[in-house]
Amino acid sequence: MVKNNLVEPEANSLFPTQYKSIVKNLNFYYGDFNALRNIDMVLHEKQVTALIGPSGCGKSTFLRCFNRMHDLYPGNRYEGEIILYPDNENILSSHVDPIEVRMRISMVFQKPNPFPKSIYENVAYGLKVRGIKQRAMLDEKVEDALRNAALWDEVKDRLNDLAFNLSGGQQQRLCIARALATDPEILLFDEPTSALDPIATASIEELIADLKNKVTILIVTHNMQQAARVSDYTAYMYLGQLIEFDTTDTIFIKPKNKQTEDYITGRFG
Amino acid sequence: MSDEKKLEELRLVIARHKFWDLIFLISGMLALMIAILTFIALFTQMLIDGAPRLSWDFFTSFPSRRPESAGILSAWVGTTLVMLVTAISAIPLGIAAGIYLEEYAPKNLFTELIEINVANLAGVPSIIYGLLALGLFVYQLGLGQSILAAGLTLALLILPIVIVATREAIRSIPIAIREGSYALGATKWETVADHLLPYSAPGILTGIIIGLARAIGETAPIITIGALTFIAFLPPSPIKSEFPFVSFEWLTAPFTVMPIQMFNWVSRPEEEFQFNAAAAGLVLVVMTLAMNALAIYLRYRMRKKIKW
Repeated sequence: MVKNNLVEPEANSLFPTQYKSIVKNLNFYYGDFNALRNIDMVLHEKQVTALIGPSGCGKSTFLRCFNRMHDLYPGNRYEGEIILYPDNENILSSHVDPIEVRMRISMVFQKPNPFPKSIYENVAYGLKVRGIKQRAMLDEKVEDALRNAALWDEVKDRLNDLAFNLSGGQQQRLCIARALATDPEILLFDEPTSALDPIATASIEELIADLKNKVTILIVTHNMQQAARVSDYTAYMYLGQLIEFDTTDTIFIKPKNKQTEDYITGRFG
Repeated sequence: MSDEKKLEELRLVIARHKFWDLIFLISGMLALMIAILTFIALFTQMLIDGAPRLSWDFFTSFPSRRPESAGILSAWVGTTLVMLVTAISAIPLGIAAGIYLEEYAPKNLFTELIEINVANLAGVPSIIYGLLALGLFVYQLGLGQSILAAGLTLALLILPIVIVATREAIRSIPIAIREGSYALGATKWETVADHLLPYSAPGILTGIIIGLARAIGETAPIITIGALTFIAFLPPSPIKSEFPFVSFEWLTAPFTVMPIQMFNWVSRPEEEFQFNAAAAGLVLVVMTLAMNALAIYLRYRMRKKIKW
């Protein structure tokens, strides 16, 4: 059994951060299928954590536990805990409303999925479901979110245009703005650049690097270079298990586990 | 040399396969022509017989014993009012049922049973609905042979069409859009009201209009519940000059509708009445085609906003 490197002293001196979340012995089941096995991990506050691993290893499944997305479909079951700090709440508990969790933890999907509404309405939607109605406040928050998503200058003159008229990269940044507008505590990215061209990908990666000053980020990526470029911590998963978790430098330069090394060096995967 | 032979053989094979392409093309076109030509022939016959009878008077006159002064006033007013009742009752019920089945209903045996039933209801002969309505609406609920009873009967008839259209339209919305809404913290109802309903509106609308276009031509259930074939008065006006300005008396009024007026005229021995029937048929066909055209136009307009 591999020992996960959770509270490594050097790591903490390099990155003097606090934990935003601790995952304790997480198991997840699609019906009878045990998709995630005994996962222990942490998310460092205002840092980027990347999940890597071959397809089907459970990284997206793991990510979607954080906003209880699995609750939308019958037959799914969580075991274990994902504790959110500072309030020390297990967000997987059946006493916690998944809607409350989703209001605190936003998500950006694999393919840009803007609503067939205007740019403004897309960004404002999360605020609307939180009951914010005053126009001035909406305007301000929408502008902030679009600025933070590096999209404001491109769309400020056409906020009422349909979101579908934007390019793929712009649409994905719009989805990031939509997720940011509500000041989430954690931002989840599920392979956010897999449907984008290299230039749009670069701009999203740049954006992620900027965003970590504001929010804790967990990103699933199938692209190891991307993980190396954007993340501070990396977790390597295989067949539903967390094989190794450490600072990104350690994982890519001197991984402790042979399996991780094989995957990183391209001998496998 | 042998290569050339092979190539020739290959060409022969292709030619033989293409021959079947041609056969299918011709038979397909023939099948299509039979359907289209039959309609065109019928419509032309109706046009020749009926067109001379179409005049302002034809629309503003009550039926009469004398064919040349008979008109369809009570019939088209009746049809309009019955359709109004049908639309008002079938649309909200059908959409609500469709949303429930698609979004809220737990996936179990009971739901599946309901789903199979709904699908089958669309195929039940319309006269059965007429018998049901006669027992339920006319006698049990005491609605009598009224516009309300007829409207509700046709509403039952088109309910499965509206439900199925709603479900299909909702199902065609990508999962990513749903998840996008839920991920922002929306509840089920917010997701339905803010996203699923608006985005499926073109499909639902098409279903509604197809349903209404079917209801407008229905004769059997209306006869079963006892629509009169000869009506020389209009139902009470829904708008009154004195307070409260609206009246629902018309709901309980006896009535006739276009297909029944036609049926009545066709069964008359005098040839002149046949021309009246053809003219009324023309009006009915134009009404149906207009509704279908509206459905196509609205769908086109609303789809322009939505791409996936």
